[in-house]
Amino acid sequence: MLSAMKYASPTTVAEAVDLLGSEPDARVYAGATDLIPQIRAGRPEPAVMVDLKRIERLCAISGNGSTYTVGAATPTADICVHDGLAAAFPGLVEASGLIGSDQIQSRSSLGGNLANASPAADTPPSLIVNDARAVIAGPGGERTVAAADVATGPGTTSLGGGEFIVEFELDQPPARTADAYLRLIPRTEMDIAVVGAAARVTLDGDGRVAAAAIALGAVAPTVVRVPDAESALIGNEPAGDALAAVEAAASAATNPIDDKRGTVAYRRQVAGVLARRAVSIAAERARERGGQS
Amino acid sequence: MSRVHVTCTINGDPAEFLCDGGQTLLDALRDEVGLTGAKEGCGTGDCGACSIVMDGRLLCSCLVLAPEAEGTTISTVEGMASGDDLHPLQQCFLEGAALQCGVCTPGFLVAAKALLDRNPDPTETEIRYGLAGNLCRCTGYDKIVRAVQAAAAAINES
Repeated sequence: MLSAMKYASPTTVAEAVDLLGSEPDARVYAGATDLIPQIRAGRPEPAVMVDLKRIERLCAISGNGSTYTVGAATPTADICVHDGLAAAFPGLVEASGLIGSDQIQSRSSLGGNLANASPAADTPPSLIVNDARAVIAGPGGERTVAAADVATGPGTTSLGGGEFIVEFELDQPPARTADAYLRLIPRTEMDIAVVGAAARVTLDGDGRVAAAAIALGAVAPTVVRVPDAESALIGNEPAGDALAAVEAAASAATNPIDDKRGTVAYRRQVAGVLARRAVSIAAERARERGGQS
Repeated sequence: MSRVHVTCTINGDPAEFLCDGGQTLLDALRDEVGLTGAKEGCGTGDCGACSIVMDGRLLCSCLVLAPEAEGTTISTVEGMASGDDLHPLQQCFLEGAALQCGVCTPGFLVAAKALLDRNPDPTETEIRYGLAGNLCRCTGYDKIVRAVQAAAAAINES
């Protein structure tokens, strides 16, 4: 099993790009938590497995005061214990911590979670509400795109041949801003989202919503933004009718499937409830943060 | 096909082995190194029977390619006891009958040790979440949790 493949472990981005250029049937990986099970389940083996974890840039977390940079292969376990990220992006850190067991946390990564392009992935909605950018390396050099533009459907991405995600850039949120992520699973731990909901809220000095972003996972082929819910919040306190409008708009924005974890009707309803709750939590955190940026 | 030569440290001793590029670390530990404590339950990272610690991180060795072990420091269940002295977790699993068929036990022991190394006095809830990556298909979870609680108490008293 798996024994025909070659293994390569480049130590620089340039070396990885060259390797992918010279071997068309190569596949990059970080934690392999999805890739190895997929190959075991019958997907074709690549000729070469390119391990990205020996490239320092892909496993580093850094911040310069205005922007955080998180390596695409950084274990989510590291993200979960990073004080700076937890303060700036509590929802993204929550989502990161929900991926699998402690064993999986040692290997799972933001880059893998996004590039694997599962509709039910936990971190992409949080990356998207925080306007994260993905730095992508490939034969044409490096380019930077919105994280929202990476996944194009279940298992498909906009990454070109020989391209891989190097790192994510996340701008330090403005004052009175915070995010939250909620997920419903049928068990208390170790399952895949029935619905995931990420929200980010910026309040003005009077406690009204100045900016909002809401994104839902597991209810459509890709993450769904809910502009109607976002505009319903603007200028209002995050309460009462505004939250009811968020719930209705989030339910309406979904295009879910029936499967063993939930029916279409259930997913629609839960999407609304989780969106409303995520907005409430994000708003509460934004209030607590006050003027700190 | 040429095999990959891997040099690493396993349970405190220098080790080297030859493996295939696509071989899992679990298979290499069992078939090349001869350490059969880690088991293959699912082969997909769900059951934790293959749990080991590599460079301080608890992980499923079935999801690691063997060449990744180059230069790393690995701990397996075989390294838990000191000679004939069992680790308190092993002793408490034994005394508490925290195993039935035993296939999941090495993984539970390694994961429980990683948990106690990080959090020496976990609550029952923390133990249950901390061991959520390990499945016991005999469903003997209660005795496992109690054995971990007893081991934590024993370690903290000593």
